[in-house]
Amino acid sequence: MTTVFRPYPSSDALRSDRSAGDRLRHRKKVRDAIRENIADIVAEESVIGQSGERIIKVPIRGIREYRFIYGDNAGGVGSGDGDVEEGQVVGRRPGEAAGPGEAGDQPGVDYYETDISLDELIDIMFEDLELPDLERKAMRQMTVARGTRRLGYRRKGIRVHLDKRRTVVNRLRRKIAMGGRPKVAAAPDTAEKERFPFNKDDLRYRRRVPDEDMESNAVVICIMDTSGSMDTMKKYLARSFFFLLYQFARTRYQNVELVFIAHHSEASEVTEDEFFHKGESGGTRISSGYHKALEVVRERYHPELWNVYAFHCSDGDNFSQDDEAALAAAHELCEVCNLFGYGEIKPLESYYGGSSMQEKFEQIEAGNFQTVMIKEKKDVWPGFRSLLDRERKPGAAPPTDAGAAEG
Amino acid sequence: MSAAWTIADLEHWDTRIREQVEACGLSCYAQEFDICDHNQMLGAMAYHGMPAHYPHWSYGKSFERQKTLYDHGVSGLPYEMVINADPSIAYLMRENSLCLQILTIAHVYAHNDFFRNNFTFGHTGADRVVAAFKTRADRVRGYVEDPSIGVDRVEAVLDAAHAVSLHTRRNFGIRKLTPAEQKERALESTTPRRDPWQQIHRAAESTEPDLGRVPLEPDPDLLLFIRDYNPALEDWQRDLLTIVHDEATYFIPQMETKIMNEGWATYWHHHIMNSLELPQDLHLEFLVRHNQVVRPVPGDINPYHVGFRLWQDIRRRHDEPTAEEIAEHGEPATDGREAMFAIRECDRDISFLRRFLGPGMMRELGLYAYEPQGEELVVTRVADDSGWREVKEVLLRSVGLGGVPVIAVHDADLGGNRTLLLHHEHDGRDLQFDFAERTLGHLRTLWGRDVALDTLLEGKPRRLCSGTEGITIESPG
Repeated sequence: MTTVFRPYPSSDALRSDRSAGDRLRHRKKVRDAIRENIADIVAEESVIGQSGERIIKVPIRGIREYRFIYGDNAGGVGSGDGDVEEGQVVGRRPGEAAGPGEAGDQPGVDYYETDISLDELIDIMFEDLELPDLERKAMRQMTVARGTRRLGYRRKGIRVHLDKRRTVVNRLRRKIAMGGRPKVAAAPDTAEKERFPFNKDDLRYRRRVPDEDMESNAVVICIMDTSGSMDTMKKYLARSFFFLLYQFARTRYQNVELVFIAHHSEASEVTEDEFFHKGESGGTRISSGYHKALEVVRERYHPELWNVYAFHCSDGDNFSQDDEAALAAAHELCEVCNLFGYGEIKPLESYYGGSSMQEKFEQIEAGNFQTVMIKEKKDVWPGFRSLLDRERKPGAAPPTDAGAAEG
Repeated sequence: MSAAWTIADLEHWDTRIREQVEACGLSCYAQEFDICDHNQMLGAMAYHGMPAHYPHWSYGKSFERQKTLYDHGVSGLPYEMVINADPSIAYLMRENSLCLQILTIAHVYAHNDFFRNNFTFGHTGADRVVAAFKTRADRVRGYVEDPSIGVDRVEAVLDAAHAVSLHTRRNFGIRKLTPAEQKERALESTTPRRDPWQQIHRAAESTEPDLGRVPLEPDPDLLLFIRDYNPALEDWQRDLLTIVHDEATYFIPQMETKIMNEGWATYWHHHIMNSLELPQDLHLEFLVRHNQVVRPVPGDINPYHVGFRLWQDIRRRHDEPTAEEIAEHGEPATDGREAMFAIRECDRDISFLRRFLGPGMMRELGLYAYEPQGEELVVTRVADDSGWREVKEVLLRSVGLGGVPVIAVHDADLGGNRTLLLHHEHDGRDLQFDFAERTLGHLRTLWGRDVALDTLLEGKPRRLCSGTEGITIESPG
């Protein structure tokens, strides 16, 4: 019997992180599972209006490892201090809250949670969405930094950019220049082969320059109804929608400008913070919001130079004498916008109360006008998706399961 | 912390430990100790300690889970991690104190001895196992990199194969009959014996066995059965099934001897540490650590604790039997040490507990049986004079592979449409339905046709069929 002690490897290179590949693969499965469940996750209140570093718990289906295991009526044996009596309760059945349990060991519900940061979640959510019909507009193109690209070589640099091939070629060149051809195969008897070390002048580094790209100008105008008829639930749904829109524009486009307009019977441009957190009340004149939007576009974002996207959320409970004006303004907005989306917030309980703008907007025939119906929390994400899906056919009806209808 | 000891310290103590190991009569494979940090330990744990292992996402998941628990201080890392190989490989965490290293080294030698001598490990091929794992890993990586196969298809097979990897034969000491031998046996059992009075007797009726049936006898090796009888599988898929099956059979003996093995190692580290004449500070730390290892876990079974106490009890019964024990069983035939070595060779958890866990010891360990009632776990029996047998039966059902339902292939051609029929040997415990449903789905992936499982649900016979439209439940008859 012999024994060997192998000391702790001194170099990092010998301590390989062998599970890295499998962790990556697991992570990918988690991401896929999240993507499939995103509508459920967005419906959770905790997601809306939080900062990006926030860690949220996401329920995941389908990456458990299943085996044949014993179920509900399987008991077991425990050890105690000897004074356990028959009929005594010694614990609780492991249930849904078991967390990321060792799969296959515990029975439980097909459900387990993982932690993910909100930023990562948003990343997954918006992976295949884009602002539709983004056009190249003349003038004011914005330059966007998109990492770096290679551009030639230079003599100074950092180690990772060292170009070994060029460095070796330079060394050979110098060697030849200093007399003596490089020996193709050294004869075995030339024992004292002279060293010819690398010189600092031989070193060549790849040069990298910032890569700039042009991106079209775009502005997203968020118009929200803040009138008295918008109760807490409706406001919550509208804000959820705009929160998604806001996050989407922020994460996917570096230079998209955002404009927030709140309206009741009058409209005003507000800050982001006011838009998401302040409540107002009063009557409803939808036209006021649209006119304000048109005014903003006229003053700052000329459609010749800008891609304009406008989104409006309201419960459709408009002051009836304003309907004509609202319709006219909507027509006008369609002319200046790449996309004008209208989301009607109609929670189920108030569905038959009040009028609906959606019906009136059906008269609008512009291809860039879209409406979605949001009845409950779980409609928010499909509705949002139907507006911005990259796969969306221009003018095609959004999926009906989202409670959406085309105008 | 790592500066508190050097390799030379370890070698010094190792020499002294080995003197004791030899004096105790332990016979070990050669031993290798790798010094590692906690990250490497976590990595080793995810792959069951094997230096090479094929890739699968479940190991990444297991790593992340262990790391989360460790980072949040929910669970520490084991002191010891030792693999059954010749030479045996064990890991020592450099963050641990000298005392822990000495304790671990002593503990590891006893595991090493157990691996080498216990009968359940006979088939594991310890001298080739590291190379075998490496070859399997290379083969799986080859399939992953093969452009005509790819990671997704490999994963689909591995996911499904992992789901049923433990459904295999449990006692590798018994040889599996080949189909030809099974046929012979079937014929033999149905052919009437030669009757010397056949002239005067009516000939016994002979029934023709159905030799066309596949399998002739219920086959518990699900993966191997599918490998051999699903003609649609490609070679690489068959190879993956073989790989998963071979790994499972390598690890099953460790599950089957958990209590014995940990108890054995704990018994001998305790014995060796006490005879090392440790300096006082090390000895005090040893007492603390040892008591942490063997403390009973309320509501559960700590294999270190139960195993340690049982081995101690076996030795005492032989060396210092009480008057009652002599009156009941007679004078012990062998001395304690000899008895222990014989037992460590020819028992596994289930037989070990059946033979050596008596009512007295069960009372001492405070064992009780519980059952779920509603949302709570309620004690049904305690180990008193009337209840200990029942408690013991429940315990015996759950040790080793007792937590894995016994399921075997009964028919590969149910109803003439190549449906695979499995049979669950119900022992009072129902299957968890949603898990069974998903696992049948995995089996369906491997078999390529419908799969049915006969079992009992709430006392009634049920046949779960996994077909194209998900699962259906039929009540036969």
